[in-house]
Amino acid sequence: MAKKPTPEELSKINYSLPYTGWMYNPVEFKDGMFCNASKPESLNTVDFPNARKWSVKDEDWNLPENWKEIVLEAMKERLEKYRSFRLFMDICVRCGACADKCHFFLGTGDPKNMPVLRAELIRSVYRRYFTKSGQMLGNLAGGRELTLDVLKEWWYYFYQCSECRRCSVFCPYGIDQAEITMIGREILNLLGLNIEWIAGPVANCFMKGNHLGLEPHTIKSNFEFMIDDIEEITGVKVDPSFNRKGAEVLFVAPSGDMFGDPGTYTCMGYMMLFHEIGLDYTWSTYASEGGNFGFFTSNEMAKRLNSKIYAEAQRLGVKWIIGGECGHMWRVMHQYMDTWNGPADFLEVPVSPITGTKFENAGSTKMIHIAEFTADLIKHGKLNLDPSRNDHLKVTFHDSCNTSRGMGILDEPRYVIKNVCNNFHEMPEDTIREKTFCCGSGSGLNASENMELRLRGGFPRANAVKHVQQHHGVNMLANICAIDRAALPPLMNYWVPGVDVAGMHELVANALVMKGEKERTQDMRLEDLPEKEGAEDV
Amino acid sequence: MSFELNGKSYETDDDGYLINLEDWNEDVAKYIAQQEGVEMTDAHWEVVNFLRDYYSEYKIAPMIKILIKEMKKMFGPEKGSNAYLYQLYPAGPALQACKIAGLPKPTGCV
Repeated sequence: MAKKPTPEELSKINYSLPYTGWMYNPVEFKDGMFCNASKPESLNTVDFPNARKWSVKDEDWNLPENWKEIVLEAMKERLEKYRSFRLFMDICVRCGACADKCHFFLGTGDPKNMPVLRAELIRSVYRRYFTKSGQMLGNLAGGRELTLDVLKEWWYYFYQCSECRRCSVFCPYGIDQAEITMIGREILNLLGLNIEWIAGPVANCFMKGNHLGLEPHTIKSNFEFMIDDIEEITGVKVDPSFNRKGAEVLFVAPSGDMFGDPGTYTCMGYMMLFHEIGLDYTWSTYASEGGNFGFFTSNEMAKRLNSKIYAEAQRLGVKWIIGGECGHMWRVMHQYMDTWNGPADFLEVPVSPITGTKFENAGSTKMIHIAEFTADLIKHGKLNLDPSRNDHLKVTFHDSCNTSRGMGILDEPRYVIKNVCNNFHEMPEDTIREKTFCCGSGSGLNASENMELRLRGGFPRANAVKHVQQHHGVNMLANICAIDRAALPPLMNYWVPGVDVAGMHELVANALVMKGEKERTQDMRLEDLPEKEGAEDV
Repeated sequence: MSFELNGKSYETDDDGYLINLEDWNEDVAKYIAQQEGVEMTDAHWEVVNFLRDYYSEYKIAPMIKILIKEMKKMFGPEKGSNAYLYQLYPAGPALQACKIAGLPKPTGCV
């Protein structure tokens, strides 16, 4: 692993441009800026092509002899299949509006991290092979030959894009760089050029139902420990069910919440909330993953992994589905699931059994986001909340890229947080809601070997957190995404020490007054709650 | 990547984790610990042995919550804390102790 530079060193970002044109600067692989190569066993598990041992720093990537043919054929196929891809290749006028909107460009100063130039890496090949002018005039028409160096450059930079789509908010043509990156990665994947941090979870999810590879008895055991903690904190014993046929609702969460802190505190929050309102729901050990790392490899793989959610809903005979706090899961649910694996006509349009609210917005997918569900409960006064139990926290909210730009969940989490916390402060307007900055680790880039890339990419987000820390004393960064819960703690430790990270339902759980609970002296982390002000006067 | 020990070659991934988990033995653990700058004492072995037992049953490293609680149960309250584990394994029990115990790194949203 590369030695980690200090924040002082890392924040000196060089934005000067090289003198030679971008096409003539071959890619340089810098330690700490890329992820480890995929392992053959991970690719073999899902029948991905060219599974073999390889290492990024090796000269020879062990590609099939006809790799160039494979790439060009794959581009041709996708240009015909996806009108969006052809449009994005053709219409960019290189105005540069996107250039300084990318967190990876802001954090690295590397011009190839400008979205316009990242797209140009593949667009130049498109011009050379798929447009008349490029075929005749080559470089003069902005085209370039597809060489091994070009391919390596694709790999390096398509795995330095987190598919966050902030650039597309500012593009006057609405070019979606995430889709270009997705297609770039899909083509690389045909040559076995993946990263293990994505390929491993994909293989696990395919074989065992979730990215971490938690087997049913492991999930059960993890939950037992969480249930014990809930009882220690609240005196209430929750009793969640697994794979229960005939439940009204299937609940699907990201598996990170069932394993890693601080996600586990959010997981405990889900269980406490559902217990308190008496929801007739079940977890599944088969559809035990809300996230979909397949989405970071290929459309087909994402579809295969996604299919188990409806399959399980049908098998268990539930009426509808609630999904947990996950980011990219929701881009998949909102924009792809119905087309891939729908219509889910064996399910019903979700109706909250507590409030009677019919979620018409989920009329086709039959699946709602837990932020919508909880906000609706609060709106109807169905929860007994004591926000003062979060008074030791000064909270801000990080919109994850996919729930904000991918589906417009902007106000529900804020509504919930403001009802369970007394101290809430927004980060600057240009860094939240649709314009939110990525955590720097999305789209499967939250490995450890690329930590410098992650810290650089997360720099703009961290900067905005620092602003509210300095002005309002913010000490808690709330979010509704499992990658955030995994990625933001090291980012905060590095750039903004003193700020902790929590999922929204951890904060809900702190404030939730449960029937029959004992007096709370600890928060969800089993840390002592500060004595309430004025308590000594009583 | 790989390393040689007692005339045998052991394959590792780019971060030094063992590729073949059945390659693990106490000498290998000591070697990896040495690379990590950790000197294995009885206290270190308690953690490593627990991790290996847990892995053989659950096929993944334990959540920290479980590691701490089980350590407390087996070896007493002073050993059931995050601080104690970090004292033994400064780079973190999840990464460093698991690496020495020959367990694969959990991947995904963690």
